[in-house]
Amino acid sequence: MSIAEPIPVEHQLEPSREERLRKVWQDPPGFFGWFKHVNHRSIGHRYLLTSFIFFLGGGVLAFLMRWQLRKADNHFLGPDHYNQIFTMHGSTMMFLFAVPMMFEAWSTYLLPLIVGNRNIALPRLNAFSYYIYLWGGIFLWAGFMLNTGPDVGWFAYVPLSGPEFTPGKRADFWAQMITFTELSALLVAIEIVITFMRLRAPGMTLNRIPVIAWGMLITAFMVIFAMPSIMLGSTFLLLDRTVSTHLYNPAEGGDALLYQHLFWFFGHPEVYIIFIPGTAIVSTIVSTFSRRPVFGYIAIVLSMATTGFVGFGVWVHHMFATGLPKLSESFFTAASLMIVIPTGIQVFCWLVTLWTGKVVWRSPLLFVMGFFFIFILGGMTGVMLAAIPVDLQVHDTFFVVAHLHYVLIGGAVFPLFGGFYYWLPKITGRMLSESLAKLNFWLLFVGFNLTFFPMHMLGLHGMTRRIYTYPVSMGWQGMNTLATLGAILMGLGVLVFIINYFVSQRRGAPAGDNPWGASTLEWATSSPPPVYNFLDLPTAGGRDPLWEQSPDQPIVTGLHEDAREVLVTKTLDADPEHRNEFPAPSVWPFLASVAVGIFFIGTVFTAKSVLWTTPLVSITLVGWFWPHRQAVHRRREREIWDHKK
Amino acid sequence: MNTRRPALDVSGLPDVVFGHKSLVWLGQVGMMAIESTMFAIMIAAYFFLRTRVTDWPPGVLPPVILWGALNTGLFLLSAIPNQWIKRVSERGELTKVLLGLVVMTVIGIGNLVLRGYEFAALNCKWDWNAYSSAVWLLLGFHTAHLFTDWIDTVVLTVLMFTDTGHEGKRFNDVFENCEYWYFIIFWQVVVFLVVDFAPRVL
Repeated sequence: MSIAEPIPVEHQLEPSREERLRKVWQDPPGFFGWFKHVNHRSIGHRYLLTSFIFFLGGGVLAFLMRWQLRKADNHFLGPDHYNQIFTMHGSTMMFLFAVPMMFEAWSTYLLPLIVGNRNIALPRLNAFSYYIYLWGGIFLWAGFMLNTGPDVGWFAYVPLSGPEFTPGKRADFWAQMITFTELSALLVAIEIVITFMRLRAPGMTLNRIPVIAWGMLITAFMVIFAMPSIMLGSTFLLLDRTVSTHLYNPAEGGDALLYQHLFWFFGHPEVYIIFIPGTAIVSTIVSTFSRRPVFGYIAIVLSMATTGFVGFGVWVHHMFATGLPKLSESFFTAASLMIVIPTGIQVFCWLVTLWTGKVVWRSPLLFVMGFFFIFILGGMTGVMLAAIPVDLQVHDTFFVVAHLHYVLIGGAVFPLFGGFYYWLPKITGRMLSESLAKLNFWLLFVGFNLTFFPMHMLGLHGMTRRIYTYPVSMGWQGMNTLATLGAILMGLGVLVFIINYFVSQRRGAPAGDNPWGASTLEWATSSPPPVYNFLDLPTAGGRDPLWEQSPDQPIVTGLHEDAREVLVTKTLDADPEHRNEFPAPSVWPFLASVAVGIFFIGTVFTAKSVLWTTPLVSITLVGWFWPHRQAVHRRREREIWDHKK
Repeated sequence: MNTRRPALDVSGLPDVVFGHKSLVWLGQVGMMAIESTMFAIMIAAYFFLRTRVTDWPPGVLPPVILWGALNTGLFLLSAIPNQWIKRVSERGELTKVLLGLVVMTVIGIGNLVLRGYEFAALNCKWDWNAYSSAVWLLLGFHTAHLFTDWIDTVVLTVLMFTDTGHEGKRFNDVFENCEYWYFIIFWQVVVFLVVDFAPRVL
C-alpha cells in the first residue's frame, strides 16, 4: 500500500473562487441580516414584491368601485368611502405600483446584470430608497385603514385639497406619501444613471448598449427632471395646510393653477416614465422571439429619447379646460400630437422586426401583442383628446378614464406581464407554465377590453368620473354591468398568474442559463444568478453579445476578490478606467430611512417636529457615512492614486 | 485564475480617482440636477405669483439688501479657500486639508449667522401672503442646503482628524464636498438676486 502524495496545505485550506466571492458578496442571513441587505437583486426582489402587492391592493379597490357602479342607485359604498377608494386606487396604482414596478424594481434588479457588473452603483442608497418607498406606501394605507384615506382624487387639486375644503389630515397623508415615493424614485434614478454610464462591461460602447438599458436611462433622466415638480407641488400644499402659507390661496395672492402646473409638469412625463420602460421591454421581447436583433436600433433609442424630451412639453393638455391663452392651447395641442411620431416609429420598427424574423410564439410575445392592440387604441383616443374641442366635450368623463387605462394598462401592464414571463425564469430559476400563461393573457385581454371599452361610450353619453352612483334613468347601467363583468375576468387573469407563479416554484422546469436563447448579458449567468452575478466578469463583443461574440470572448481579471471591488469603465467607449470598492452591508440605510420617515410623518402633524427629527436624521446619516476602520486600513495599504500631483 | 479564456487584466488600474471619474461625483451631479430643478421651479413659481397681483411685493416692504449682500460676499470669498482645499485634497495633503476644513467650518458658521439676519431683513413672515410664502420658501430651501453642507463639512473635519479618515476615498469626499460648495454659492447668488432685486425691479 503506497502512501498517498500529500496535498499542499494551501490547496486544502483555500476555498474555491465561487466560495470566496460568495463570502464577500453575500448579504448577512437571518432576520436581522435582512435589514442590512445591499445587493441589487435582493432590493430588486423587494421592489418587485412590494409593488406587486400594492398592484393587488389597487386592483381590489378598483373592483370595489366596479361593484358599486355595476347597477344604478347602488348603495354598496357611500360617497365618502367611494371618494377615498378612487383616490387610493389612483394614488396606489400611480405612485406605489406603476413607477416603482416599471422603473425602480426592474432597473434595480436587471440593469447591473444587463451591463455585466456585480452590483448597482451606490448600493446602500438603493436599500435606503426601498425603505423610503415602503414607509410611504404603508403610511398611505395605514391612513386609509384608519378612515384617513385621501378623498381628493389622485391629483389632489386645490382648492378642494386645501385647508378650507378638506380639513383634517386626509390630504396631508396624500401629500406626504408623494414626498416618500418621489424621493425613492429620484434616488434610484441617480443610481441607474451611474450604473448605465460607468459600470458597463468593457466593450459595451454606447452603440452596443441593449435597448432595455437605454429605456432605463431615459426614464431615469425623466424622473430626475419631473419628480422635483410634484415634490414641490405637494410640499407647497402641505405647507399651505400646516403652516398657513398662501401659495395656492387666491385671497392672498396665491393661485390654484400654480398647483395644476406643478402637478402636470410632473404628471404627464409620469406617463412616459411608466410607458418608456414598457416599450423597452417590448423591444427586448420582440427581438428575442423574432430571433434577430431589433430592427432600427438607433431609431428606437432616439425615439425613446425624443419621447422623453417632448414629454415635458405637453403637460398643459391636462389643463385645457382651465381657460388658457389661445397660443398656449395651440402649442400644447401641436406638442401632444407630435409625441405620437416617435412612438409610431417604434411601432413600425417592432413590426419590421417581427416581419423579418423567425417568430417563436411564446407567452411573453403574446402579451406584447396585447400591448400593440390596447396601447395603439389608447394612443388613438389620445390624439382625439389632444384636439381641444373634443377635450372640452369629454373632460372629466369616463372617456378620459377609458383613455388613460388603455394607455397605462396597455403601455405598462401588458409589457409588465410579458416581462414577468420573460424574466421570472431568470429570477427564480423555474419556468412558468405556458398554458396557464395563455389563460392569464386571454382573461386579462378580454377582461380589459370588456371593462374599459364601454367606458368610451359611457363618457360620450355624459357619465362623469368620480360619481359614486347614478339614477337608472341615465341609461348607463348596461355598459357599467359589462365593465364590472370585465373587471371580474381581469381579476381572474391576475389570479391565474399568481397560481402559475406558485405552481412553477414547486413543479416548474429548471430554466437553465438562457431558456429563451436571448442575446443580452443577464442570460450569461445562472438562473437565479449567484450573489456576485458573474463568476468571471464579462466583456461585450457586440450589441447582442450572446448571439454575436465568439466563445473565447475575453473576461475581466485582476479585481480584488477579498472585497466588493468592481470595475468602472468610461462613459462613451466603456474602456476600463478604475477599480472601485463598493460598500459592505449595513443597517444604517434602514435606520436612516426610519429617521427620515419619522421626519416626514412628524411634519404632517406639527412643523415643530423638525426641531427634534433633524438631529435624528443627521445622526443616522453620520452613522451611514462613518467608515469601518478595518476596511480603511485594507484599502489604504493597496491604494493606487490616479494622479497624485 | 483557472480559466483559459483571454483575460483583460485590470489590476493595475487606480482605485483612488477624483472629479468626473469618481462614481460619487456623478451621483452628486445627479443630486445637483434634482436640486437645481427644484430651485428653478421655485423661482418660476415666484414669478408666476408675481403675475397674479398688481403690486410687488404686495403690501409689504422689499427685503433690506444689506444682509443678503454681505452673505453673498462671504459666499463668494469662501470660494478662495474652497478651491485651495479642493486642490490639496486631490494631492492627499492631510495637514492642509485639515486646516482648510476648519476654515470652511468657521465660514459656514458665518454664513448661517448672516442667514438669520437675512430672514429678519425680509420684512415679512411666511404666512402674510403668497409673496411672503414664496420668499421664505426660497431662502429656506437654500438654508437647508447650506445647513446640510455645513454638517457634512463638520463631520468630514472630525473624521479627517481621526486615523479612520486617512485614505483616498475620504480625500475624494473632501474634494466633492468642495464641489458641492460651489453649487451652494451659485444658488446663493441667484436666490439673492431674486429675493432682493426682483421686488425692486418688477
